[in-house]
Amino acid sequence: MSAAVEKVQAQFPDEIVEIYEFRGDTTIIIKPEKIVEICTLLRDDRETSFRYLSSVAAVDYLPASPRFAVVYHLYSHRYKNRVALKAFLEDDAYPSIHSVVPVWSAANWHERECYDLMGIQFRGHPDLRRILTPAECEAYFPLRKEIPVRGL
Amino acid sequence: MNGAQTMSQTETMVLNLGPQHPSTHGVLRVVVELEGELIVKADPDIGYLHRGIEKMCEFRTYHQCLPLTDRIDYLAGSANNLGFVLAVEKLLGVEVPKRCQYIRVMIAELTRISSHLFWLGTHGHDLGAMTPLFYAFREREKLMDLFEMVWGGRLFPCYFRIGGLAADLPEGFTDQVWEFVETFPKKIEDYENLLTYNRIWIARTKGVGVMTPDEVLDWGWSGPMARGSGVDWDLRRDNPYSRYEDFDFVVPLGSNGDTYDRYLVRMEEMRQSNRIVRQVLENLPAGDINVADPRVALPPKERVYNNIEALINHFLIIEEGIIPPVGEVYQAIEAPKGELGFYIASDGTGHPLRVKIRAPSFANLAALGKLAKGRLLADLIALIGTMDIVLADVDR
Repeated sequence: MSAAVEKVQAQFPDEIVEIYEFRGDTTIIIKPEKIVEICTLLRDDRETSFRYLSSVAAVDYLPASPRFAVVYHLYSHRYKNRVALKAFLEDDAYPSIHSVVPVWSAANWHERECYDLMGIQFRGHPDLRRILTPAECEAYFPLRKEIPVRGL
Repeated sequence: MNGAQTMSQTETMVLNLGPQHPSTHGVLRVVVELEGELIVKADPDIGYLHRGIEKMCEFRTYHQCLPLTDRIDYLAGSANNLGFVLAVEKLLGVEVPKRCQYIRVMIAELTRISSHLFWLGTHGHDLGAMTPLFYAFREREKLMDLFEMVWGGRLFPCYFRIGGLAADLPEGFTDQVWEFVETFPKKIEDYENLLTYNRIWIARTKGVGVMTPDEVLDWGWSGPMARGSGVDWDLRRDNPYSRYEDFDFVVPLGSNGDTYDRYLVRMEEMRQSNRIVRQVLENLPAGDINVADPRVALPPKERVYNNIEALINHFLIIEEGIIPPVGEVYQAIEAPKGELGFYIASDGTGHPLRVKIRAPSFANLAALGKLAKGRLLADLIALIGTMDIVLADVDR
């Protein structure tokens, strides 16, 4: 079991929903409330040292509920390994989670992209604007499953 | 007294750089707030080339996604293909034969050289050096000819397929690659003679856009951008894929983290890529190029024409697509511009549930505002050049 899983299990046992292993990738599925604390722990602890955020991805699992999840892919340059954190967002109508920009500056644009394309609200984000679609775009989020690929 | 006060008051000016501007390498708009020549704030405005590739992937079979990945970073099409096919192969749990992996490495490294040559030419040109553009494009044109031999086109390869390759290498290809590999190191010397000790070049690049290693990690920089600051990280060496562990190469590092060091790093990377290509040519094994799994690889054409099972097999893969199990994978490769990652979520059907592309240009460009602050407007051109962005990669 990876050091990241052990650390999160030791410090935030109530936050873990599931540990998911597939093809050598480890994903820790957590509850969304403590995302900033868990990310800070994984970044600062010497045994995990995930100081680099690869990407933030939002996934829409419609028709399942909760339908939205946010996945964070972390990398440790010290141990040359990866871990993914995944949180399902409770509110299907107004999905939101705390921003991890205070942990990694790189999260800024990744979270803006998630907001822009999937409509996830990142609470505490310093500059949550649309990034890829035009600012005057009506309030729809193209990556959501109810949006057709053409002919809106 | 009053007059002096009025004199000292300054107003900032907002200037739009782009979206159509020769030095933005595509349709990038930077809203720059200037105080005289100094940049107070630079805010990149992207999305002019957003085509919704991630959305389109959800409505296609895995094979049909492949031509879309050509168009992520169009200067390094094969690198995108490699990232995507490796991610799908990871999802499927298959490994392609050794010959295929070696050919993929060779093409990926030639692509890296071609991408870096394009960067060298345009970056030099942006900063007033005209000749490197002609020199670099001369060699890039040779690579384009080589690529044309393999996949019939120049920019959009689609040569790597899920579970193998579209076809084996054409006859006479390796001889021509040998010719390129033998002559290319001398050409790099020519480029370096033009720029490395050029006083104007040094004045324009040294100390411009400095990132410390800590900042590099915080901002999520990867590839040559991170190595220019001395972050010793190369996915080919540290998390090898496609048998990169079989090859001997050096990961060049900068020390100052400025535009000049990133230039030196990329120059050395071209030499190292050339070395890797040489090693592939020396050790290229014979054998199959596709996995032997009929659910993944298309059967050979002569069998499709003469055998009903092979015909059905071909039909199923084309019509229904490859059907991976339910699961989620993340696969990253060292693309010419940095870490290119594919996060694929599968719901067990022939179409991906979600494809997330972690594009290196997007992550690298995010720090532009931070680097440009307090610098001269002319430095912004150097910064955009050193980031080696492709707007198709940024916007996807």
